[in-house]
Amino acid sequence: MRDFDYIRPSTISDAIAAAAEPGSAYLAGGTNLLDLMKGGVASPERIVDITRLPELNRIERLADGGLRIGALVRNADLAHDEAFAKAYPAVAEALLSGASAQLRNAATVGGNLLQRTRCSYFYDTASACNRREPGSGCDALGGENRLHAVLGWSEACIATHPSDFCVPLVALDAVVEIEGREGRRHVTLEEFHRLPGDAPQRENALEAGDLIVAVRLPAEAASFAGNARYLKVRERTSYAFAVVSAAAALIVDGGKIRAARLALGGVAAKPWRARSAEAVLLGAEANEATFASAADAALADATPSGDNAFKIELARRIVVRALMSAQAGTPARMPALPASPFFSLPGARHDA
Amino acid sequence: MTNLPLSLTINGHRHDLEVDPRVTLLDLLRERLELTGTKKGCDRGQCGACTVLVDGKRINSCLALAVSHDGADVLTIEGVAHGHDLHPVQAAFIAHDGFQCGFCTPGQIMSTLGLIAEGQAGDDPERIREGMSGNLCRCAAYGGIIEAVLEARENLARNNSEKTERRTAA
Ligand SMILES: Cc1cc2nc3c(=O)[nH]c(=O)nc-3n(C[C@H](O)[C@H](O)[C@H](O)COP(=O)(O)OP(=O)(O)OC[C@H]3O[C@@H](n4cnc5c(N)ncnc54)[C@H](O)[C@@H]3O)c2cc1C
Ligand code: SF4
Ligand code: FES
Ligand code: FES
Repeated sequence: MRDFDYIRPSTISDAIAAAAEPGSAYLAGGTNLLDLMKGGVASPERIVDITRLPELNRIERLADGGLRIGALVRNADLAHDEAFAKAYPAVAEALLSGASAQLRNAATVGGNLLQRTRCSYFYDTASACNRREPGSGCDALGGENRLHAVLGWSEACIATHPSDFCVPLVALDAVVEIEGREGRRHVTLEEFHRLPGDAPQRENALEAGDLIVAVRLPAEAASFAGNARYLKVRERTSYAFAVVSAAAALIVDGGKIRAARLALGGVAAKPWRARSAEAVLLGAEANEATFASAADAALADATPSGDNAFKIELARRIVVRALMSAQAGTPARMPALPASPFFSLPGARHDA
Repeated sequence: MTNLPLSLTINGHRHDLEVDPRVTLLDLLRERLELTGTKKGCDRGQCGACTVLVDGKRINSCLALAVSHDGADVLTIEGVAHGHDLHPVQAAFIAHDGFQCGFCTPGQIMSTLGLIAEGQAGDDPERIREGMSGNLCRCAAYGGIIEAVLEARENLARNNSEKTERRTAA
């Protein structure tokens, strides 16, 4: 690991000023940044430790009924917060399906949004990678790419975003609250992460120095609490990144779908909101045939980027399964293996 | 870069140190303080061998910068037993043959302590499996761990209620 300056500012404005200098990186839980630094993928000259900044570790209910989650709230603390898990059960399930208990105790809300791709060529500094080193090429394109993107990819990069947390968040219209040199602004999570285009190194809407201070969930998102699931297919039933995942949330009235939210993970460089599928669901009968049409719509534009054609069919099936599971009702208790599609609990009802 | 001051309470003892900011909590424990019970397996958050409790919560010490944890209370495997009396978690691991190799066991014990403190060691073995899944071994010697976790949880609960009884009796 290269030498770096370490500073621990005590105010948000000092942190932003320090991080705006070239070569700086914020440190929160450190579970992604330190990993990248050990591998030589990231080599900041200055670490700005934000863990002591005031007021970023709170979960607050807003006057309009929404929830504001501070950027430094730990993933485990958020998932185990009773009021949060009750209002946004699919988000809690996604959090608990990610990484291990040790990592969730350290990982923060802001850091989870900003974790980098797990593309193995990105991690291997001997490989060509446009995301790590713009213009160097992409070894994943003709390489080992069964886990790479099937939606929204470009010739410049076929990596996926690895976060579980972001998938139900994007489905539920979460908003990222950012503080920068010009003050505070709000960006929807859907617009926060970028598709690669010809500049995969630009991953999100942040400018130099920008600090994520909170993530907001609108009050309306809680109305899905009774029928919301996150399902994740991985190569082991726990402690592994998603091959494909889906967050589904429904409001069903007299057999008809009154509102629907759907997003996919593991398929693109950003958490993928499936709006075309939502359009199919809205107003339709809540049944398997409708869910299959929605899944077709969600994957209509998918193209394999190499060895990963199986992901398209897998994603279709996971979408159908997630929608059926949401329709059956949010489990009354967190499943023992959160987000596992092998543990659906039909009819078990969340007492929202 | 010059060294930075760092103060930690480790297994009940306060340490005032100066460290290079690059040093992880794991390397500080092993290389500087010679507390080699905490193991370095993968050094990348993937195996759990380096699990310690920081302010009562289990984390991977390999992905933690020591300076970032200034003021923290750290518990390592060296601080678990009371003198020659094993901690109920250690005793339960022996009773149920839950011990793994020397690399994996300290992390497993620390992780069990964390799991029980988190209130996640319920009766459902699947829940315990998930809760312990941050500790991987190469040889899959997981045989007795679930029984060990269950017994440890019960013994701890019993010890706690005995303590409360003694306190209320006194
Ligand atoms: C073995 C392993 C398995 C994992 N499995 C999963 C999984 O299955 N699912 C999943 O979703 N994740 C998984 N993760 C990733 C883990 O969730 C992330 O490492 C974690 O969420 C990052 O949070 P952090 O607070 O530690 O971030 P850090 O490592 O501290 O920071 C990450 C990045 O965000 C920046 N940053 C942090 N906070 C802010 C802020 N407030 N404002 C601006 N920038 C900021 C940092 O500068 C850095 O670039 C896994 C990680 C490991 C090591
Ligand atoms: S897919 Fe993207 S991250 Fe992976 S090697 Fe290609 S450019 Fe790099
Ligand atoms: S050594 Fe820390 S998790 Fe493997
Ligand atoms: S017990 Fe350590 S590798 Fe299996």
